[in-house]
Amino acid sequence: MTTTEPPFRILPRVTDRNRFFWTGGEEGELRFLRCQDCGYYLHPPLPRCPQCRSKRVAPEAVSGRAHLATFSINHQPWMPGPELPYVVAIVEVVEQPSVRLTTNLVHCAHDDIQIGMPVRVVFEHHEDPDGDVWIPLFEPDPEA
Amino acid sequence: MALDANEIIERRACISGVGQSAIGRRLHRDPVDLTLDGCLAAIDDAGLSVTDIDGVSTYPGPMEVPPGFSGAGAYDVIDALRLSVGWYNSGLETSGQLGSVINACLAVASGLANHVLCFRSVHEGSAQGEKGRSAVMPGGGAGRYRASGFQEWNLPFSAPSAAIWIAMFAQRHFHDYGTTREQLAWIALNARRNAEINPNAIYRDPMSLDDYFAARMISTPFCLYDCDVPCDGTTAVIVSRRDRADSLRKPPIGVEAVGAAVRGRPSWDQFDDLSTMANRDAAAQLWTRTDLQPSDVELLEAYDGFSFITMSWIEALGFCGVGESGPFVEGGERIARNSGVLPLNTHGGQLSAGRLHGYGFLHEACVQLWAEAGERQVTSPRVPRVAVAAAGGGNTCGCLLLTRD
Repeated sequence: MTTTEPPFRILPRVTDRNRFFWTGGEEGELRFLRCQDCGYYLHPPLPRCPQCRSKRVAPEAVSGRAHLATFSINHQPWMPGPELPYVVAIVEVVEQPSVRLTTNLVHCAHDDIQIGMPVRVVFEHHEDPDGDVWIPLFEPDPEA
Repeated sequence: MALDANEIIERRACISGVGQSAIGRRLHRDPVDLTLDGCLAAIDDAGLSVTDIDGVSTYPGPMEVPPGFSGAGAYDVIDALRLSVGWYNSGLETSGQLGSVINACLAVASGLANHVLCFRSVHEGSAQGEKGRSAVMPGGGAGRYRASGFQEWNLPFSAPSAAIWIAMFAQRHFHDYGTTREQLAWIALNARRNAEINPNAIYRDPMSLDDYFAARMISTPFCLYDCDVPCDGTTAVIVSRRDRADSLRKPPIGVEAVGAAVRGRPSWDQFDDLSTMANRDAAAQLWTRTDLQPSDVELLEAYDGFSFITMSWIEALGFCGVGESGPFVEGGERIARNSGVLPLNTHGGQLSAGRLHGYGFLHEACVQLWAEAGERQVTSPRVPRVAVAAAGGGNTCGCLLLTRD
């Protein structure tokens, strides 16, 4: 958990469909919908499993471990946000690598970034009158 | 007449005329006025009158945001020209910007229309103003804006721009195949050397490899010159029934085959292979619909909203092997206008001629096939007779194989 004030971010519009994802960080959990019949993880959230069409989908916590699929070091001040330059990344979760997240890679020297490197989730808490959210960021995983 | 499921039905269509409005970095013109300039120019180029137009197709249709992204919708033009249409279409969810042209080909092939006016109108240069692209980011970085739709999954991570999304595809390609910035640079350098002799291009000053490397970084591996330049302008093309085109002003440009497919997940970050894009699928489909081969193509006009997308199209269309586009473009010889095996983006692309958003490539392909390109006309080894126009990136890609008899 960060102890400093988090940077400005455009927060997600939280709905009944995605609340489990954006609030999972309160319990330190990265969660995805998972089909209760075939075991497939769904992302982004859908009301039905795209693999077996089952409607029995429910949020489940995953380990929070992933691998870095690709990244870009952004230098452009598009909008207020993290201190420049910051790293945008796509990660693939270990439980099902076809589930990807666009995210930020944090706590990693830019020279040390390697595609394929193991990473783990770290949450950034944002207070919001509509309901707090926890943004899932990723950092190098020293235990992998 | 019985339906022949094996007929390549787009061959019932042709392109009969093209036109453009004034094009500039910031024209501060009424966007509908600019749109009509482009549309009327294309109608005139085909030798048609306004009353002959009985179909309209455009990308993306009316949109308030991003500012300047859409200068007019189909209804705007139908009403402004008091058209009577048998078919019309607009929308963002199609096979890239040229998906609107592919749809028009199918409409004339089906008999719903005879002459379809297709257009793409942008005024992003004026709309963004002096602050540039940061002026038009969602929410403007303030207030209570909340991200939804597909932006839910990138805006909270400060990744609002396709520059970043495509940069991540490029970075993966660099990793998988050893592609370098020295190679990527040749997309920008080739565009610039062609723009130097295009009087309608935005940026025409010569650019060197040193200039490229001196430019500020946007999002690695992309520097400023890997990103297209927002502008104002409208491009229009007329898609006609082939059997109604022989009496028109110009020889029809045949639509030999189109590619419109997306086989992976229709998403920027969930697509199955991060070193390719939906152009992989659109291009593969195109080659299933013709006996021509990549080696028959004499001209490629391929989208360069970001430089890497062009390299991705070169691979997708089979002009080199998967992963080999870096060596293919390096040094610029193979893609040079009159000496290369595959002249590329002969007008200067969106990188130097302006972000006309997809339609600029089709316009240039037609102008070259008609031998109307003036100083930049490809003449060696001959005026091209077979060209590919390809547009879009990420999850939204489409392409056309065009021929002159």
